Amino acid sequence: MTAWLARRITQAVVTFGVAVALMFVLMRLAPGDPLSRMQEDRMMDPAEIAKTRAIFKLDQPIHRQFAAFVKGVLRGDLGLSIEHGLPVNTLLASRIGPTLLLGGATILLNFTLGLWLGVRQAVRRGSREDRTLTALSLAGYATPSFWLGLVLAWLVGIKLHWLPVAGMQSPLLAPDAPWLARAADIGAHLVLPALTLSIVTIAGTMRYQRAALLEVLRLPYIGTARAKGIPERAVIWRHAWRNALFPVITLFGLWLPLLVTGAVFVEMVFAWPGLGSLAAGAALGRDYPLVMGTALLAAGLVVTASLLTDVAYALLDPRVRYT
Amino acid sequence: MTRVLDVENLRVSFPDTGKNRVYPVDGVSLSLDRGETLALVGESGCGKSLTSLALLRLVPSPGRIEEGSAIRLGGTDVLALQGEALRKIRGRRIGMIFQDPMTSLNPVFTVGNQIAEGVRAHFDVSKSEAWQRALKLLEEVGIPDPAARLDSYPHQLSGGMRQRVMIAIALSAEPEILVADEPTTALDVTVQAQILEVLDRLRDSHGMAVLLITHDLGIVAGRADRVAVMYAGQIVEEAPTDRLFARPSHPYTQGLFASVPRITGPVGRLSPIGGSVPPPGAWPGGCRFRPRCPQAFEKSETMPPLLPVETDHRMRCWLAENGADASD
Repeated sequence: MTAWLARRITQAVVTFGVAVALMFVLMRLAPGDPLSRMQEDRMMDPAEIAKTRAIFKLDQPIHRQFAAFVKGVLRGDLGLSIEHGLPVNTLLASRIGPTLLLGGATILLNFTLGLWLGVRQAVRRGSREDRTLTALSLAGYATPSFWLGLVLAWLVGIKLHWLPVAGMQSPLLAPDAPWLARAADIGAHLVLPALTLSIVTIAGTMRYQRAALLEVLRLPYIGTARAKGIPERAVIWRHAWRNALFPVITLFGLWLPLLVTGAVFVEMVFAWPGLGSLAAGAALGRDYPLVMGTALLAAGLVVTASLLTDVAYALLDPRVRYT
Repeated sequence: MTRVLDVENLRVSFPDTGKNRVYPVDGVSLSLDRGETLALVGESGCGKSLTSLALLRLVPSPGRIEEGSAIRLGGTDVLALQGEALRKIRGRRIGMIFQDPMTSLNPVFTVGNQIAEGVRAHFDVSKSEAWQRALKLLEEVGIPDPAARLDSYPHQLSGGMRQRVMIAIALSAEPEILVADEPTTALDVTVQAQILEVLDRLRDSHGMAVLLITHDLGIVAGRADRVAVMYAGQIVEEAPTDRLFARPSHPYTQGLFASVPRITGPVGRLSPIGGSVPPPGAWPGGCRFRPRCPQAFEKSETMPPLLPVETDHRMRCWLAENGADASD
């Protein structure tokens, strides 16, 4: 197991390195650089631009730039954002918390409520409940997230005044308020964006879980379990669900990276101070250091997620061999 | 003799096209006495497996057992049971062994776990007691090094070993009836013999009644007390084993025997029965074997009831009326 894990981790690190290198090169192959835009907007004089280029090492050949970038990464320094004029580390650090909170809440909702609903649907296949849930979840899936976000913000926030609709914290709350009050405040701000994201994505989890469970329920060992005389609850959750979990773990691994970049629209609608909007802005402005910073995070998450998926399989399925 | 199982006029239906229903099991009656072995013989698709599933009310949805059917286990009316009461007879009154040991065990639980689960479903015992019983059961079904095997997963065992584990699971709640649905079909011939030997031994030591479902007449001889031959959802011939083997009377049963290779007697070609079992819904009116029957005559166009051939020997064929069976 240890050797297998070591090999698997090495593989993950290599994948990560290749992904980051590719991002680095592709970004620079695209036409334009961060300063060409400044030229249009602000009419900087060419000498000044050349000086700025030199500061950000944009005048050097690409392999030098890459070497400098890698050196920085190894020191833990991702450089200075060209647009924001702040260290990329600082920018990422301030945004990752809210993003993980929003993405985490969404995934938690999808992989608890979504799985449970999927199981119910499979067990009651073809019933009115199954068909209603299918219709509702697909309707959610087909709804654009920014539109749903706006509608919910308008209805729940503006009309009914039930929940806050912008930002992550109330500006009126004293900074020395007790932590419970602050947590409750953040929680209230979290409800609408998390709900919006969940509604438009939960259909995926539900349909996956439903299909996986239906597949398992046809298998002979489910008959064996029933014939043993254990309660139906145990047949479904112990014998069937345990085996129908594997495809869902794969789905979970595929979703995890979306935490970072998947919520751009929703973050914008609810002014959520997350990474999604930061990354989108950076890509538009060709802010190389910031783009690479977010890419690093995203690639890290993808690789970690697939590593976690493999480990979960190995732990849950006795048939998986560590070779 | 104590009657342990009585099935009367069992009909199982499935929805067909439109509002029609088809009846893959259509009026099966059979009974089992304590310690007795009844073999239910027939080709694939004749309804024998569905009959066995119906005994525990395990007919897969959307199938259902029709009104007018009766299944009695001792004094218990199985078709009236609901919920917890139904659960309590599964495994406890009837234990089941399925055809394919490769897919009949849950791949993610250990062997010990799956046997102990059956024990704990019906007896109020601690985990370690259940585990002890599981160990004893593995010994009984003849698994070498049973203590180590408790912690094995199904994929670590051979087919024969897995089927032994299935038998241990079926026996885990000490049922009075064991239903074995093609228990050896998926196994190598040498392993088949071992599994059948285990079944025989346990039937005798536990005093169980056995319903042996098979398409293989070869494993019926010397093992079953009685044989019921099934065709197209119905029992077409029923007799004590030695009488059936001495004098197979229904043309279908004769066809089954003619298609079994023999060591003695003149060398010749096997004569298979022409055609195959029609699917439910495509059954002909009258005698259902009529289109494949070499001896069909005018009267076959009406459905024959089970008619006596000799004492304890009945068949669903008008030829029995002549006092002569089809072999004359």
